[in-house]
Amino acid sequence: MTRKLRETPSQTAGPYVHIGLAPGAAGFDIYDQELGWDIAGANAKGERIRVEGRVMDGTGNPVKDVLLEVWQANADGQYAHPESGAVEDGFRGWGRVITDFETGAWGFDTIKPGPVAGRNGAVQAPHLNLWIVARGINLGLHTRMYFSDEVAANAADPVINLVEWESRRQTLIAKRAEEDGQVVYRFDIRLQGSDETIFFDI
Amino acid sequence: MRPPAEYYQRDRDRHPPALAPDYKTSVSRSPRFAPISLEQSVSEITGPVFGHQDVGLLDHDLIRNYAQTGDPVGERIIVHGRVLDENARPVPQTLVEIWQANAGGRYRHKKDTYLAPIDPNFGGCGRTITDESGYFFFRTVKPGAYPWRNRVNDWRPAHIHFSVFGASFSQRLITQLYFEGDPLIARCPIVQSLPDAVDALTAKLDMNATIPLDTIAYRFDIVLRGRRSTLFENRLEGN
Repeated sequence: MTRKLRETPSQTAGPYVHIGLAPGAAGFDIYDQELGWDIAGANAKGERIRVEGRVMDGTGNPVKDVLLEVWQANADGQYAHPESGAVEDGFRGWGRVITDFETGAWGFDTIKPGPVAGRNGAVQAPHLNLWIVARGINLGLHTRMYFSDEVAANAADPVINLVEWESRRQTLIAKRAEEDGQVVYRFDIRLQGSDETIFFDI
Repeated sequence: MRPPAEYYQRDRDRHPPALAPDYKTSVSRSPRFAPISLEQSVSEITGPVFGHQDVGLLDHDLIRNYAQTGDPVGERIIVHGRVLDENARPVPQTLVEIWQANAGGRYRHKKDTYLAPIDPNFGGCGRTITDESGYFFFRTVKPGAYPWRNRVNDWRPAHIHFSVFGASFSQRLITQLYFEGDPLIARCPIVQSLPDAVDALTAKLDMNATIPLDTIAYRFDIVLRGRRSTLFENRLEGN
């Protein structure tokens, strides 16, 4: 099999991406159900967590019109997809996250995924796959979020270990805290600069 | 576990560069380091699955899906096409979402302050699931061009934003459809950040799909990344 066609070129999502993908945030109610608001569902096993952060541009200011998508495995490390294993009823593992237009802060609730099968028998540390689009981003950016309390698994993770610059690996690791009895992971994404987040060409 | 059949490496020359200085917002939002290239695992070759239960019956009809007192103002159009992969195979049962300005070039968005009026009968978004042949269609009104703050006299050509999923997260794509013959395409710093993209992003007038005395039609096919054959992995497994 060889490629017969070329991929359609990407174009920026622009500042009004919410109209299409989160119309409630744009300011109107049109669909019976907006997609991507419930990542794990009510039946999901595993630890309930919250993830919060901001996306910063090269000047250090928050990007206030970004949209993120999350793709994750369940607590058993299985994705809700025919090429992975079984998951709980209602577990989709996919979500959409938008920022507060005034502060750029975003957050979402989900469950902590389990370790995921890697290539050739390797094991990948628990992680969330993230995809970031916004005005000024010409091709959606893929990154991963790992968990600070998974020190041993992160040290053995085949993807983290692909990053030659050890000082940059920490850009992939969210910091765990407990706030009012709720587990919150903090994950800031930096689009540009010396502390730029690692992005992946997948 | 044997390695999954991977999707073809993304041809980055097929996409606008992250840093496109004439599109000013890209300057501070473009990564400076090269992305790390991954061999795909189950995390990359899977992605969300959608079905007809996720969309409503009118969601693909932007002329009716937000109508309050009548039809929206504007040129009535059908936008239709197929979602294919790089192997020219259809991508069935995938979610296609669109959003656009109204016929005056105004978005229904709390952050849009352009002086063209909101149309009370037009929301500006739609979504559908492709059929077994990868086919989709929307009915809408042709969006208007509008000015934007980049250089002081920049105007966006009429366009419709498209969001497409495919079968894996690595195929995820957002793009824009432009209309054949629009003189603003050649002047748009977003489109011109990749001049080679213009043809693939331009919907063509499709007289065969028009509804006479009613609605004009444009054709727009979308190509997502294709996947390698699994043959090589099968051989490995037999070793």
